[in-house]
Amino acid sequence: MTSATVRTSGRRPRGGGIRRGQTAAGLLFTAPAVILLLVFLVVPILMALWVSVSDWGGRGSPFSGAVNFVGLKNYAAITSGGGLAESDFGTSLRNNFWYVLLVVPLQTALALLLASLVNTRILRGRGFFRTAFYFPSVTSSVAITVLWFFLFNPSGAVNALLGLIGIKGPNWPADADGVLHGLLGLVGLKTAPGFLASSGFLGITWWDWLAGPSVGMLIIISLAIFTTSGTFMLLFIAALQNLSQEVEEAAMVDGASAWQRFRLVTLPQLRPTLFTVLTLGLIGTWQVFDQVYTGSKGDPGKTTLTPAYLSYQAGFINQQWGQAAAIAFILFAIIVVLTVFQRWVLRERGVSKRRMRRGGFTPGDDGRYRAADRTLTAAAIAGGVADRRGSGGNL
Amino acid sequence: MTTTTTPTAASTVTDPTAVYSAPAGRRRSRTPIGRVLLYVALVALAVVYIYPFLINIATSFKTDAEATADPLSLIPQTWTAQAYETVFFNSAFPRWFANSALVTVVVTIGRVLFDSAAGYALARLTFPGRGVLFAGIIGVMAVPGVVLLIPKFLVLNQLGMYDGYSGLIIPLVADAAGVFIMKNFFESIPVAVEEAARIDGASTLRLFWSVVLPMARPALVTIFILSFQGSWNELSHFIVASQNPDLFTLTKGVASLASGQLGAGTQYPVRLAAAVVMTVPVAVLFVIFQRRITNSAAGAVKE
Repeated sequence: MTSATVRTSGRRPRGGGIRRGQTAAGLLFTAPAVILLLVFLVVPILMALWVSVSDWGGRGSPFSGAVNFVGLKNYAAITSGGGLAESDFGTSLRNNFWYVLLVVPLQTALALLLASLVNTRILRGRGFFRTAFYFPSVTSSVAITVLWFFLFNPSGAVNALLGLIGIKGPNWPADADGVLHGLLGLVGLKTAPGFLASSGFLGITWWDWLAGPSVGMLIIISLAIFTTSGTFMLLFIAALQNLSQEVEEAAMVDGASAWQRFRLVTLPQLRPTLFTVLTLGLIGTWQVFDQVYTGSKGDPGKTTLTPAYLSYQAGFINQQWGQAAAIAFILFAIIVVLTVFQRWVLRERGVSKRRMRRGGFTPGDDGRYRAADRTLTAAAIAGGVADRRGSGGNL
Repeated sequence: MTTTTTPTAASTVTDPTAVYSAPAGRRRSRTPIGRVLLYVALVALAVVYIYPFLINIATSFKTDAEATADPLSLIPQTWTAQAYETVFFNSAFPRWFANSALVTVVVTIGRVLFDSAAGYALARLTFPGRGVLFAGIIGVMAVPGVVLLIPKFLVLNQLGMYDGYSGLIIPLVADAAGVFIMKNFFESIPVAVEEAARIDGASTLRLFWSVVLPMARPALVTIFILSFQGSWNELSHFIVASQNPDLFTLTKGVASLASGQLGAGTQYPVRLAAAVVMTVPVAVLFVIFQRRITNSAAGAVKE
């Protein structure tokens, strides 16, 4: 490769006077992006931090003299107040927890299945299938939520399909019954055992924590799986194409069946991507907002309330700005923990990247993204996409 | 990248996207039954992914009664464009569409300019604080969008930008991920051309505008796609940035239809017609840049 020549030509001027004036240019070039990020990302967080420990009621400036510091009162109200604020927050965490528990494994498994099928070596219509599976990921969350709630309305397509096989479908958007409670009811456990009903966490009894997602929440769960599987499919396809064929061929020569080859040869090699997809899913699924805002507004019976929507509701509807900010920060903490966990597990790549550089490779010596950068960028983009699916966040 | 196929394989491959180097004879490793099952599975899944959109389009041409009476059929018994008439002539929809278009265009131009400038500086220029800035941008990328709902409102309110176009647009131009993508891209292209221009005495600004940006086209297209799609589909920011109905964008407006601002009845055809129309621009973008979208979303910005 040409790394040696690129490297010398890239390094020589560093000592020379050719780069004079770069300080001014550098600051000028970065200023617009940096100022925007400061004003609309960093400052808002600091300001919300203040509001979360203040008694600001939504009128005037939060920095005016009439606003008082109230310590952790807002945080206390949503985590231990014993009132509606606490039970709403507990309910939203419970709802989102079940949502995560169902969406993350299912979207990952479906994405992997789609990628494996589309990546079959000789396939007619590969482009068509890939497009079909990916298209839901690029459409607006609002448009697709409108569609989904139509499909799931009591006389909608889903119940018509169920009717074809003789099942009377539920009134999806109005059914607040927990799915797990329903299953427990089938085995005869219809009322809460005393020890589960008498104690609880965050204003919700343990029995209610065990309700599972409500029938209404299943609408949003299926929607999330439908819209994210295509994005993650692309990550898996990229990973599958990078796998060496020799190992698989060796396994084939050894007489391994297709399933054995997938399970014992392909899957272990996909572990880094699998991990990326799982954590991106974990981060994205804690941010459900658009679908709740557009489709259910927290109904039926608060069973689609999520922390993100609750935070919006507490501020904009109930004018409890301190609590709204506090909810946002607790959600932030949950997501930061998941992000740090992801970065920590993926950190090995960073190390090998540095080693590569020390070993004499300049960045981009072959005119392309290197593998490590590619993975990072992929994660960044997919993260943004997942983020947007979950939240309409700003990529 | 292996873009060759062996002659025997190539003779049966009609799909231009099939770029795998498949050894001859590999095909035979799959039994015919396996092939059939594969296609059955793929077609079944494709139906699941496509049928909802077909229902969406079909229902938008149905009457209110038929929408729920026969929700599965793809061919309306009585065709009617009533829903589209309502959308275009008897609702605020055109206004929402114009607002969305304005926001999307300005945000996209802003992001392309600012992301590439910042990305270039971080990749190529040496100046004090560069490392700190880049670390900050990486850090900011991790901040989840929904956490910013309340905070962004607070700042817009404080700055007097709430309920105005500036508040809808300017915060969306801030784009850490785009800066990151551009920085990565500039690090991936050879520095030699720029050095030559620099030795010829070009100023940094001139160099950036006439040498660097033209080379950066592939990455700029990626930023363009992400930004267009992102701001067209954005919802939560518009919710916290304004309340004036004149400032509604498509997402916010259609969401308000969904939560029952239509008055009597369910009016599913109207909602679904609105959903169809708002999906068209993104679908067009998707068709034009299809290969690049599927590549860039998988992170491989090549060329």
